[in-house]
Amino acid sequence: MSETTKTLLRGARVIGGESADVLIDGATIAAVGQGLTAEGATVIDAAGQILLPGLVDLHTHLREPGREDSETVLTGTQAAAVGGYTAVHAMANTFPVADTAGVVEQVWRLGRESGYCDVQPIGAVTVGLEGKKLAELGAMHDSAASVVVFSDDGKCVDDAVIMRRALEYVKAFDGVVAQHAQEPRLTEGAQMNEGVVSAELGLGGWPAVAEESIIARDVLLAAHVDSRVHICHLSTAGSVEIVRWAKSKGWNVTAEVTPHHLLLTDELVRSYNPVYKVNPPLRTEADVMALREALADGTIDCVATDHAPHPHEDKDCEWGAAAMGMVGLETALSVVQHTMVDTGLLDWAGVADRMAFRPAAIGRLTGHGRPIAAGEPANLTLLDPTYRGVVSPAGFASRSRNTPFEGRELPGRVTHTFLRGRATVVDGKLT
Amino acid sequence: MKRHLISAADLTRDDAVLILDTAEEMARVADRPIKKLPTLRGRTVVNLFFEDSTRTRISFEAAAKRLSADVINFSAKGSSVSKGESLKDTALTLEAMGADAVVIRHHSSGAPHRLATSGWIKGSVVNAGDGTHEHPTQALLDAFTMRRHLAGAPDGGSTHHRGPGDGTGRDLAGRKVTIVGDILHSRVARSNVHLLTTLGAEVTLVAPPTLVPIGVERWPCEVSYDLDAVLAASDAVMMLRVQRERMNAAFFPTEREYARRYGLDGHRMARMPEHAIVMHPGPMNRGMEITAEVADSRRCTAVEQVTNGVSIRMATLYLLLGGNEPAIAPTPATPAEARTEETRKP
Ligand SMILES: [Zn+2]
Repeated sequence: MSETTKTLLRGARVIGGESADVLIDGATIAAVGQGLTAEGATVIDAAGQILLPGLVDLHTHLREPGREDSETVLTGTQAAAVGGYTAVHAMANTFPVADTAGVVEQVWRLGRESGYCDVQPIGAVTVGLEGKKLAELGAMHDSAASVVVFSDDGKCVDDAVIMRRALEYVKAFDGVVAQHAQEPRLTEGAQMNEGVVSAELGLGGWPAVAEESIIARDVLLAAHVDSRVHICHLSTAGSVEIVRWAKSKGWNVTAEVTPHHLLLTDELVRSYNPVYKVNPPLRTEADVMALREALADGTIDCVATDHAPHPHEDKDCEWGAAAMGMVGLETALSVVQHTMVDTGLLDWAGVADRMAFRPAAIGRLTGHGRPIAAGEPANLTLLDPTYRGVVSPAGFASRSRNTPFEGRELPGRVTHTFLRGRATVVDGKLT
Repeated sequence: MKRHLISAADLTRDDAVLILDTAEEMARVADRPIKKLPTLRGRTVVNLFFEDSTRTRISFEAAAKRLSADVINFSAKGSSVSKGESLKDTALTLEAMGADAVVIRHHSSGAPHRLATSGWIKGSVVNAGDGTHEHPTQALLDAFTMRRHLAGAPDGGSTHHRGPGDGTGRDLAGRKVTIVGDILHSRVARSNVHLLTTLGAEVTLVAPPTLVPIGVERWPCEVSYDLDAVLAASDAVMMLRVQRERMNAAFFPTEREYARRYGLDGHRMARMPEHAIVMHPGPMNRGMEITAEVADSRRCTAVEQVTNGVSIRMATLYLLLGGNEPAIAPTPATPAEARTEETRKP
């Protein structure tokens, strides 16, 4: 870690707007303006670069405790810093499951020790993610980890009564249930999106309706009990329509989309390369376009990585035996620039909103997703949007290499990340 | 020919006709007292079976042995594979043993594709059935059987004729093939749709809608839910095996209802054109998709298909491994008069 002193960012386009100087003093932003000077400050020439609020991920699998062979809190937060993140929400499907105050506090503490990125644990909705019995949601909220987001991600809370109760119960502390929407009976043996490609490849189909039917049910339940529900990794055009309708009713529904669902389609599965195996699966071109449009118009609130590290051997096998999931922290901003900014669908203010302001608001984080202004915490990301590079997982900070973007040219590179004024990344390298 | 045979879709019309023609030559070898050719002497063919299929395994084994290849049978049952060894480690072992060809049967769709493209092995890969994806040699032997019955007389005549004939050099242009049964889970159906279409046949799939995959509308074939409606216009009717367990997952209500709506019995067979054949890849579920009367009738080619399977697999292994040398004949003009080292008298 660099010392916490004064840093002067010179000539950055603040959230993509006018060039300005930004002075960081200690953990906070001291001033934003033209022609700033500061005695003894480290000066960074940021001309032409985009200054964004530190990114916030609502959906990260850090794997610790239990699967430290694929990622640890330390390596996962390092990957997050490289990707421009200053806060990540750690999913609960660890071993043991984060379904008690003890486990969420352990993860929270490991995050504090890492120092690269704030780690906000997510608590399981049900004991052992089994969907049967509510976990001690209140105890997790009252713990040092102050859990606000609850999810059985990896599994769907498919029992309608359990889902209803969870939505109602978390109202007591302004919690939110993040649903992995997957009707289990409709996805038994599912290997990829059900459609033209699955028919040809002879792989078990994961139909869009298995996601959409759960989302439809859950937005109705959230409305009925007047609570808030968050939809994880929304992946189909039909899901977009349902969320759009729910929002038009004024219901408290939010949704996220992953970078890979904004770019990749099920055509890639024709290679039978398990690096493209993910849950929910890659969908069709029409779905990709609907997701981009929904992220642009705000129907989808935020981009969340669903960073899911897996060891090499879990992908170096036949499709059916392979694990589902992709790493995403270190490529997310580049994919968003490529799919949303360079296409004209979203400006940088939109990116700041979808990757920092809104996810922080959904998770009720107070120190993140703040405006870039004097007095605010200095959680900042500096991006060179003119950079073009080929994705090479060999250089990842993550312990895992399962990126579907290997070999692709993507734009943009995070040059600096600041966590409460301390540089965690300088010139694209971890400090 | 390509180096591997993974999908019937990889075969051009000319590739497919070449395999069928080569299989005709191989079939003639089977009629001789000594059924062996020296073609693949010193080459090693591994039968790598992750799924039980004695029928397919012995067919490939017979084919490789008739070409004088060394055959290693590697069954997943009771081996390190069932104890969690990965496909990759198994492949590396086979590579170390110097396998020239790996014939793979796997429960996971795409496993042969993975084996052929991952760089784990250098030899040829032959897909002997992968999950619910493809079974290209089955489609080739089906096409071979159809061509013998339907593609014209040995004299090159264009009309249908009854009983096996040759058909060398011909495809299946204009022939109408109906495939009936569990299309959703059938690798035989997928391979046949590709191959028969490539060979010019018109394919119609018949099944209850539950057993037709979502996305089938992009396949180069017709789909019907009504068997009776298509029988009269079929030159060949292929009945697929339907597992009784499917009814437990509500694909159809009962065996009886399935048999009544989609099974082939004597009455239905009588509605087929006189020259039309009944095919079945085996093993048959008598009383389910096919009645004993039909299965045992002279129009049913099930047993003939088994015989043809060996010829097709000989042709496939020969073309993948044998390079450009003639399979049998010193002069291509007289394939039937082929001489080999073994038949040549010193
Ligand atoms: Zn999930």
